[in-house]
Amino acid sequence: MSDTQHESVRLAPDPASGLTKVGGDTPVVSPPAPRRRRKGIGWPARLEIALMTGPTLIVFLSFVILPVVMAAYYGFFSWQGYGPAENFVGFRNYLLIFEDSTFLAALRHNATIVVLSLLLQGPAAVLLALLLNRQIRGQTVIRVLIFVPYVISEVVVGTGWSLMLHGDGVVNAVLGKIGLGSLQSEWLSDPKIAIWTLMGILTWKYIGFAVILFLAGLQGIPEELTEAAAIDGASYWQIQRRITLPLLGPTIRIWAFLSMIGALQLFDLVYIIWGQYIADTAGTSTMATYMVANGRTAGEYGFGNAVAVVLFFISLVAALFYQRFILRRDTEGAITGGRR
Amino acid sequence: MAATAVFGRRARRPRQRMAWGSPSVYFVALLLIATMLAPVIYIILGGFRTNAQITTDPAGLPNPWQVENYLDVLTGGTFWRQVLNSTIVALFTTAGVVTLGLMTSFIIARYNFWGRGAMYSLFAAGLMFPLTVAITPLYILVKNLGLMNTLPGVILPQIGFGIPMTIIILVPFVRAIPDEIQEAASIDGCGRLGFFWRMVLPLAMPGVITVGILTFIQSWNGYLLPLFILNREETFTLPLGVQAFASQYSVDTAKVLAFTSLSMIPALVFFSLFQRRIVGGLTGAVKG
Repeated sequence: MSDTQHESVRLAPDPASGLTKVGGDTPVVSPPAPRRRRKGIGWPARLEIALMTGPTLIVFLSFVILPVVMAAYYGFFSWQGYGPAENFVGFRNYLLIFEDSTFLAALRHNATIVVLSLLLQGPAAVLLALLLNRQIRGQTVIRVLIFVPYVISEVVVGTGWSLMLHGDGVVNAVLGKIGLGSLQSEWLSDPKIAIWTLMGILTWKYIGFAVILFLAGLQGIPEELTEAAAIDGASYWQIQRRITLPLLGPTIRIWAFLSMIGALQLFDLVYIIWGQYIADTAGTSTMATYMVANGRTAGEYGFGNAVAVVLFFISLVAALFYQRFILRRDTEGAITGGRR
Repeated sequence: MAATAVFGRRARRPRQRMAWGSPSVYFVALLLIATMLAPVIYIILGGFRTNAQITTDPAGLPNPWQVENYLDVLTGGTFWRQVLNSTIVALFTTAGVVTLGLMTSFIIARYNFWGRGAMYSLFAAGLMFPLTVAITPLYILVKNLGLMNTLPGVILPQIGFGIPMTIIILVPFVRAIPDEIQEAASIDGCGRLGFFWRMVLPLAMPGVITVGILTFIQSWNGYLLPLFILNREETFTLPLGVQAFASQYSVDTAKVLAFTSLSMIPALVFFSLFQRRIVGGLTGAVKG
């Protein structure tokens, strides 16, 4: 093999410059990377690369990328999941999706859940993280305990909450006992309340994650800053507002991103608590439950795949939009491939 | 001072100036914990009651305490088979994700070759493909591979979907290993693979453990994929089992509560054993 190609396989000394040289085995342009030639570079190194990335690539491509490509393909067919897909219908599935008021309702619910998650969980989690960041006794125990709902599986959470919330469940019983009988309601089936019930359960389940994330972020803020501000006479709240919150910004923005994507793809809890049919009437159906109900359960796999593609593009647009306008300064290159 | 007494050891540190150990902070913390734990405690206690007790007074305490529900679940084979299935799936998924993820991260972080950046971008883009989107075709794919109703049918896709996050977390860990260490190792006659085994593996351990724990818990709690792939009861994992149990015994609330609370124990134990690592690892991940 030619000399250039030998040289192209070389140990990367500098992580930052490493990713800038995509494409082409011409020697690197970035100056800070000191070039070192090592013994045994060349075919052995190539073999190592192939052996150590090959299995990963195979698993990743076949179980992640291929299904997504397949979804795009089958979305153009009317197909019941048996034999080859032959009944090509073009964009009809997509037209059907966007004409279906059930889907549009699900989309609206998803949008509501995204907005409410950010508005309810964000501020609450920041306040709780600030509170728990103070040195109080039993801090560790508290941190573990608020993470408990996050660790419990969605199925357990869903089963437990639906038992507690149904008509003569414990929640209504407690309300009656403490003299708030007028607040008793059909938490799960009343369309006016159900989405708020869902938000309550989601907040309960996922706020621990936000708090832990924010606590981790808070610990990265140098104490000197707040100390200096305190010496200059700033009050506790002034310090939090002017120093802590801005510095916590990157963490908050990453959390919001994760929360948004998670809310767009919400499935488990809704499916378990409301089942596949009641979710529509209770006003809690999501795009994902719509996909499962009208795809797999109805046996219309082509249609289900089209819904998946729609769900994917909505998530992708939301993610790209968010990255472009909000995340850009924080994660320069985290997802875009390390451009700096 | 009361504050000094409360803060005990820590008060000795000169930086300590926490005079705000006000009761209100503890009050809010207690309230928070109560909210987070009340439903869990209700589920556990409910398992110790009879259905009659639950119907007459949904909000009461067990009186008298019944252990039959728990004993029934624990002595029946269903629960243990599902625990075994979940354990197998979670262990193999974790092992696969960690092994493949670390090897690939090592190559991406420390080898310089054509297509390296593209490979990293490809995996990073995988974060954009959530399981929810791919689930229908994935089901068809697994069916075509003849892996329906088998545990590998769940494990392999879970590994695939676990890889992007693993690589995103581990690449910085492997990169952070100073070049000097590699040079020293190579002077001592250690090849690149030797360097991987002897230096990278131990030095990246904190990241590996974090990734491993997160993967394990995620797999243990996974619902959507098993729901599509596993249709036969003997292959059910715990989440599927809980749901099947809940619909099968929908009138026997107490037994459902017992089954549910038993099924959350393993994840809770696992989490409390490793919680320090999770928080530590997340700190690293957030900082990038």
